[in-house]
Amino acid sequence: MFIIGELINGMYQDIGKAIKEKDKSVIQSCALKQLKSGADALDVNCGPASRQPLSDIQWLVESIQEVTDKPLALDSSKPAVIESGLKVMKNKAILNSTTADPEKLDALVPLAKKYQAKLIGLTISAKGIPQNKDQRLELAATIVAYCCEQGFPIEDLYLDPIVLPVNVAQAQMRDILESIREFKIISEPSPKTIVGLSNVSQGSCLRSLLNRTFLSMAIAFGLDAAILDPQDKELMDAAITANLILNKQIYCDSYLEAYRKK
Amino acid sequence: MAKELMIEKWSGRVCVTNIGATKIEGGSRSRVIKIGGEATLPFLFKEGAIENKPVIAYEIWDIAPTDWPDELVKAYKNVFADPLAWAEKCVQEHKAELLCLRLQGAHPDSGNKGADAQAKLVSQLLKKVNVPLIIIGCGDDTKDNLVLPACCEAAKGERCLIGSAVQDNYKTITAAVLADGHNIIAESPIDINIAKQLNILISDMGLPLDRIVINPTIGALGYGLEYAYSIMERARLAALAGDKTLACPFIGFVGQESWRAKEARTESERGIIWEAITATALLQAGADILVMRHPKAIEKVNKYIADLMRQG
Repeated sequence: MFIIGELINGMYQDIGKAIKEKDKSVIQSCALKQLKSGADALDVNCGPASRQPLSDIQWLVESIQEVTDKPLALDSSKPAVIESGLKVMKNKAILNSTTADPEKLDALVPLAKKYQAKLIGLTISAKGIPQNKDQRLELAATIVAYCCEQGFPIEDLYLDPIVLPVNVAQAQMRDILESIREFKIISEPSPKTIVGLSNVSQGSCLRSLLNRTFLSMAIAFGLDAAILDPQDKELMDAAITANLILNKQIYCDSYLEAYRKK
Repeated sequence: MAKELMIEKWSGRVCVTNIGATKIEGGSRSRVIKIGGEATLPFLFKEGAIENKPVIAYEIWDIAPTDWPDELVKAYKNVFADPLAWAEKCVQEHKAELLCLRLQGAHPDSGNKGADAQAKLVSQLLKKVNVPLIIIGCGDDTKDNLVLPACCEAAKGERCLIGSAVQDNYKTITAAVLADGHNIIAESPIDINIAKQLNILISDMGLPLDRIVINPTIGALGYGLEYAYSIMERARLAALAGDKTLACPFIGFVGQESWRAKEARTESERGIIWEAITATALLQAGADILVMRHPKAIEKVNKYIADLMRQG
């Protein structure tokens, strides 16, 4: 299970403030604590309030790279911001993200190829958020076909079915989970699958429980990666346990510790 | 039509364990034996590196074994009563590169030798021969907890391989191994879950995983060999997929198991074949050290190892 820590995001107050004041230590300690909790990579997002996202993302990347060589997911809806971040990347990059829209694909797929980065593809388009499984699959197929044409390695493509809040779109949860399984059979080799997890519990009360239950179910449907809060220990324990039950790790009484020794 | 090889990409590799320390490293062995380090399944050289060849350790006892069959007795009868002469014979005559001393005489039912006597024997043995050494207790937990720490101390700095730690009895041996700079054998009863758990318990005491050698417990040909094989294969696959807690080399007590088989005991030459076949199957399962008994079986298996390694 590939875990991308979500906490370096300008929409969080402490991070937003640190970006504004260019306080590296806050960013670096947030990076290190996520990695210590088991993150394999870190999401990097300047947040909606950033006035100079092109330079802010570079400052964030450079600050984080001083303390770790783990992959960084450059998170922005604007390809120019992602490209700006890529210019200072020494670590492996994940581009977060393209949609199924041609102008996004045209901008981001060549960039991902050029920088040998992984690419997250959201199954969404200018028409809006998909309302069912078939729409998700159609958008996924559009992204996969585009990547194939451009010679981008499909195993480096992470498809996101767009997780909606359970209190908004309860009727879609099953479709979202089933999409994860069906994305894998679009092509051979299969694309990978990813979710931005916290969205499932947006606006709900029992957030941690919703997150870890959804994650466990998504793992059962074949999920490869998730963007989440690695500091939520029960969530991480649930992910490790779900993978254990799927025989991805050999059982022993201390399997949680064994996983964390990796 | 040209055939294309299916090549697997592995993310993990087996730890390298060093057995024996030379003078520069604070010991007195003539060389260091490196085991492990595989980056692929056994002998798949096209897929990944096999850094170190598997090695065979000659098994010697501190007392004359009473239940070894005639074929084995014939090979060692002149030296059975004297472990130092036995060791020397293995090294000089049979060119043993590694010895495994079993302190059977410490067992309450086999003479109940004390810790001091056994430690003295280890010291003498280290003076007599200069190959790296494996030291195995008698299997009685209480007694091993007295004898093995004394032997660890007597061999301090020689970087021996000491065994066996088991799930219910690992703390004393681990502490002694840590204190005196040795490696440990972690033994589990043909149970991959316990093998993994024991490695974690031992490493939690501060002994790094690259100083642990797994004894998965094996069965001889006809006596559960397939079961041992599948456990070893599963552990190795997990190690290659990145599970560090199972990425330790394997040791297999081939001689002990093979010569217990009634087929091996009843007819003279058959035991040698039985031991050799059991050994070669375990090599294909990923064994790094084979502890064996009959010089002729060892000769055959050494040749087999050399042939396989040459193909790489």
